Amino acid sequence: MIEFKMPSLGADMEAATLVEWFKQPGDRVERGDIIALVETQKGAIEIEVFNEGVIGEQRVQPGRKVPVGTVLATILSPAKEPPSRPAATTTEAIEPKAPERRVSIGETPALAAPPRLRITPAARRRSADLGISPERLSPGPDGIIGLEQVPSGVEREPGLERAPRSRGAGLDLDEMRKAIGAAMVRSHRDIPHYWVVHAIDATPVFEWLEKQNALRPIERRLLYVAPLMRAVALAMKQVPELNGHYEEGVFRPSPAVHMGLATALRGGGLIAPAIRDADSKSVDELMSAIADLVPRARLGRLRSSEMTDGTVTLSNLGEGNADSVFPLIYPPQVAIVGCGAATLRPWIAGDVVAVRRVVHVTLGGDHRVSHGRHAAQFLTRLSELLAHPEAL
Amino acid sequence: MTNSRLTYREAVREALREALARDKRVFLMGEDVNRYGGAYACSLGLPAEFGDERVRDAPLSESAFVGAGIGAALGGMRPIVEIMTINFSLLALDQIVNSAATLRHMSGGQFSVPIVIRMATGAGRQLAAQHSHSLEGWYGHIPGIRVLAPATVADARRMLWPALEDPDPVIIMEHATLYNDEDELPADGDMSVDITKAATRRQGSDVTVIAHSACVKKALNAAEMLVGEGIDCEVIDLRILRPLDDETIIASVRKTHRAVVVDEAWRSGSLAAEISSRITEQAFYDLDAPVERVCGAEVPIPYPKHLEQAALPQPQSIAAAVRKAMRR
Repeated sequence: MIEFKMPSLGADMEAATLVEWFKQPGDRVERGDIIALVETQKGAIEIEVFNEGVIGEQRVQPGRKVPVGTVLATILSPAKEPPSRPAATTTEAIEPKAPERRVSIGETPALAAPPRLRITPAARRRSADLGISPERLSPGPDGIIGLEQVPSGVEREPGLERAPRSRGAGLDLDEMRKAIGAAMVRSHRDIPHYWVVHAIDATPVFEWLEKQNALRPIERRLLYVAPLMRAVALAMKQVPELNGHYEEGVFRPSPAVHMGLATALRGGGLIAPAIRDADSKSVDELMSAIADLVPRARLGRLRSSEMTDGTVTLSNLGEGNADSVFPLIYPPQVAIVGCGAATLRPWIAGDVVAVRRVVHVTLGGDHRVSHGRHAAQFLTRLSELLAHPEAL
Repeated sequence: MTNSRLTYREAVREALREALARDKRVFLMGEDVNRYGGAYACSLGLPAEFGDERVRDAPLSESAFVGAGIGAALGGMRPIVEIMTINFSLLALDQIVNSAATLRHMSGGQFSVPIVIRMATGAGRQLAAQHSHSLEGWYGHIPGIRVLAPATVADARRMLWPALEDPDPVIIMEHATLYNDEDELPADGDMSVDITKAATRRQGSDVTVIAHSACVKKALNAAEMLVGEGIDCEVIDLRILRPLDDETIIASVRKTHRAVVVDEAWRSGSLAAEISSRITEQAFYDLDAPVERVCGAEVPIPYPKHLEQAALPQPQSIAAAVRKAMRR
């Protein structure tokens, strides 16, 4: 039997609310299946399972907020008989079962509200006054959260945040700002950053893009970020000191490059979901991955692996923006690549001054793992790759 | 200041005596109030003191003598009309609802009806269904009148005078099981009592029990039973059934977060329903449990003693409701 736990979906996550189960006891699951929806500060995240088997017991009911590491469900090995459903849990015995909902394609499942918490009005108000999310409270023996179940006059526990105002809505930008804030404080405090900047002539990339897109139907056209990501991923492969996770004093380089893409959200949020195996995806594959990922990030519907898998992050300011950026690393990653706007500049090409499209690429590194030399290696390799986009 | 011990019945009689002595406009009228001394002997001895003109027997027609009382009030008198039981008051309901309660409003404030109507209410004396109901909630429904429910000897003694001073109709509900209750009261001194506020008969922190009339005693008994279980009840005596003193009720519920409403009347459409509703309207976010109600069984009050008692709120059933509100 495998215990399926609430995963940590980022350095800044301590707890999340289970919104919905997509798999029920007795359902067969395979690696990669989405089995639940949880709500975090960064929005609603679909949780994937990494084992094969049959869902045993669901230990957490929708609507409950639980800390990272809490067992959400048990997964039995496929050979074992599935338990008879409905598997009665203690909570189920008391709480009326919510009517079953099927979420059809196109509907935002996050809108389907979890069953209402059985909490008295006075307890709800006191928990709000104390800044305790009612989902964290354990009900009394009758299944109801009353005043007796609310700690009276305790200090606000760190990490206990206000309940999201709009439960089920994909994104709470206030909560997200807090989460970004917490992650960046940690990054700035714990990681000895260094930054190395290199100006790269990106003209060949733009010329190549223009030729490519002229031949392609609109829906298959490429954006500059796709070949850029491909080049960054390939350059990363050359410098393992920049790609991986640093946790508890140990750096674990990653054999694959899972590229977090910093994505600005309307209203001010920022999120960096990862594209897995960016180094082994073609430019076209990366383009379709980006086209899939960015709208989902903006809707607040990402998968758990996309939140945790990133081994390095790319932050591309895009056209019409500032010249260069010195970004902070997203822990537990050890490097971040920041690209300023690709703008027309005088450039020495051979022995003449030419007008070229130049991009300033910054490599921010973790000095506990790498040095300026590694950054220079990476930037030089990136520069070579961008000079020959047709070879990407 | 000396104390004197008297019964609820004697307290009512003393109040009548005081009113008849203080104001020449006051007279008492009702069935058997003179020769018999009143169905509950409240006016025993008063005719000898004040004469047949001021303690008047009325014919067996509630509609007629309540109507006569209303006319006398309009004419400047201060009548006290006694109705034997609340069941019979239904025969005078037209006079009370359509005349007494409306005339101030229908005359644009030109007339007022300063009448006081007293009646016995409630079950518990094996008088069967036609003499035992608790219909005071029906009177609580009517705008234009004030409804008092003295639950203590002191209130029985003191509420009549301010009721007579009220320029509008006042109905005093005397629970038939209370007449023999005894208490010690100051024999003299300030007798004034307000007829606007509910009274907190027992301070407590865990749950508010709201009752009136004979149920106040039962609620206090239940509160004592629950002390041993570590439950501290606050008991509120409504005293005034119309207009209800929301302030006292809500302040208490805000403190205890739980409420049990006790009402001898039938549950459906009852005063208990009204109070429960006001609590959820005004103190919803303070509630830690649903408002509980302990009401009379929805049957005509039975005659046999054991069935009659079973049909009424009792300390045991009140205590059970309190435990439920406490989620125990």
